[in-house]
Amino acid sequence: MKADQRDVLTGVYYIDGDVASGYGALAAGCKFIAGYPITPSTEAAEAFARIAPKGGAMFIQMEDELASISAIVGAAWAGAKTMTITSGPGYSLMMETIGYGAMLETPFVLLNIQRGGPSTGVPTKTGQADMMQARWGSHGDYELIAIAPDSPQELFDHTIKAFNLAEKYRCPVMIMADECVGHMTEKVVIPRAEEIELEPRRWYTGPPDEYIPFKPDEDLVPKMVKAGSGHKLFISGRLHDERGYPVDNEHFELKYVRRLIDKIMCNKDKIIELKEEQLDDADVVVVSYGISSRVAVRGIEMAREKGIKVGNLRLITVWPFPDERITELAKKVKAFVVPEINYGQVVFDVARCCHGNANVVLVPHGGAGVHMPDDICDAILLGAKEERKIEKVIEFKTQLEKLVFKGGSKLKE
Amino acid sequence: MAKLKELAAQKERFVGGHRACAGCGASIIARQVLMAAENPVVVGASTGCLEVFSTIYPYSAWNVPYIHNAFENVAATMAGVEAAYRALKKKGKIKKDLRFIAFGGDGGTYDIGIQALSGMIERRHRVLYVCYNNEAYMNTGIQRSSATPRGAHTTTSPAGKVIPGKLQFRKNLTEIVIAHEPAYAAQATLGYWNDLVTKVRKALDAEGPSFLNISAPCRLGWAYAPEKTVKVSKMAVESCIWPLYEYQDGKYRITIKPKEKKPITEFLKMQGRFAHLFKWKDDVPIKEFQEEVDFIWNRLLKRSEAL
Repeated sequence: MKADQRDVLTGVYYIDGDVASGYGALAAGCKFIAGYPITPSTEAAEAFARIAPKGGAMFIQMEDELASISAIVGAAWAGAKTMTITSGPGYSLMMETIGYGAMLETPFVLLNIQRGGPSTGVPTKTGQADMMQARWGSHGDYELIAIAPDSPQELFDHTIKAFNLAEKYRCPVMIMADECVGHMTEKVVIPRAEEIELEPRRWYTGPPDEYIPFKPDEDLVPKMVKAGSGHKLFISGRLHDERGYPVDNEHFELKYVRRLIDKIMCNKDKIIELKEEQLDDADVVVVSYGISSRVAVRGIEMAREKGIKVGNLRLITVWPFPDERITELAKKVKAFVVPEINYGQVVFDVARCCHGNANVVLVPHGGAGVHMPDDICDAILLGAKEERKIEKVIEFKTQLEKLVFKGGSKLKE
Repeated sequence: MAKLKELAAQKERFVGGHRACAGCGASIIARQVLMAAENPVVVGASTGCLEVFSTIYPYSAWNVPYIHNAFENVAATMAGVEAAYRALKKKGKIKKDLRFIAFGGDGGTYDIGIQALSGMIERRHRVLYVCYNNEAYMNTGIQRSSATPRGAHTTTSPAGKVIPGKLQFRKNLTEIVIAHEPAYAAQATLGYWNDLVTKVRKALDAEGPSFLNISAPCRLGWAYAPEKTVKVSKMAVESCIWPLYEYQDGKYRITIKPKEKKPITEFLKMQGRFAHLFKWKDDVPIKEFQEEVDFIWNRLLKRSEAL
């Protein structure tokens, strides 16, 4: 299915990532965004509000984030492609309904322009510390998909990608961008509508009487109907059987919650997108995502100039995590270096997949800024030099940390 | 009745040097409210312009104990502070007679914070909740709120060729609060400083929850020259867009009745956010806005006369 010409603002733009995502949503056929103003994501909502009438779409500003995400779940069941836009505190407020969306197998997209720090944190500056929240934020077992764009162009492209994944696997999809990418202004090329491939909704087309809301296809994903279209439809956040009716014993818990996980995990190979460079003879591999992957490029160049064989593995899809690929590489390389703008989140998944076969070096950053390429380069050198197998994740001391804690009390040795 | 000389002689509790825009209404309100308080106060603020511009680390404009939590929960936070005070007072661990003031913008009060506000009043915490109402989310760059008047341009209710800005009427939050039967509730504005100061004192004297909805012109979001803040604020009252009234013990009282009720166009034409309404293909948006204002004003007249 190709994009609708009315939705695609074909052309070459010089815009920021937030705006690019708003344009991407319209191009993906998103007909409804409900949102609530929150720095640094508001520009995406504003952009969509401005252009929505062109594609017959609608933006509604709700009274808070709880209402925003609830509205899009409703709109998705009414048949629309939907998205909400938020950051930090708003993302926390949305957690309950993310789980609800996963339980109801509702396709929607959530754009999180990550800010720095916990709570109010640093609204106008960057961070990557919501990555585990994206994965585990709502209560109970479920799986969803999270992707991490690193440029305004990718915020356009990946917003479309996110909609396609949401429709294909009927689950919430998180676009885990960060303030740097959201507020960075760069060239963005919006192609013609016929060059944009869209995933249609998995509509049920059989006899209305025979529709069973949660009966999965072979790939474990069920078909969907519009609420109010004459089918028997019972949807609820309660643990339910294929018909949607409440059930409550271990047998059903195993059967139906398990499928929520399996439908993502069994399709991992099709979902996961990685960007790999020079991994063939690498001694050290840098694993990064989002804005950190752009800083990592320079760090890697600097290390190569020093003669280190270093490869680059960029996680375009962060969740589900590429366990097998990391495990496979761990058998061949000496170390992984993981720069992220937090005090260690994705790095522990890298370590988990290494099974002790390679060392793992974390290059932390507290937020409100990005790494120095020199730090990433030095961490690579450390990884290449270390001959011993170190059992725990090695925390690299960055130049900033040395400066801040110079002579003073170190919190953690 | 407050005297300017007395007020001016007081030690400032909200000091200058903060980062508000020139002509900011919210900062004037914070200063006037604190000036009016006769007891020592503890202040809470929800996320918003006031919180951001007054507390950029390592500076603070607050010469009083101050707490900020999140966007939606200043009422709940101050309810907790007040409950702790009551407990400590009962045990004799606090001797002073304190007052508690919560500041929230219209976003943090009308929209995301209404649940916490409702709970605070229902549990009868003796807190003065001040909504500095600048009629949109100014901190994030002018998005519409449920306090934004019909027809106003904001970035999420943009005025275009088909739609003349925000389509919905304002929520009447003061009346929603009054439905909770607070100890005191009123609408005020910074242009009528004496009216405002009197209301703050009444609110703080009232034994129970109190609420002040204070119109806070925003030169950036409302789009007027910074020196016009007080003029714009007064015109909102003279055109009855922002009636100054109070509610206590089941009685409504209009505190400032304009000598001559001006048409709302006098207020609208002062501000860029309504400029498109004057170029609009018909006069429907302005007419409907006027009807809304007249309806609320006439109802208020009846209510205040009936009692």
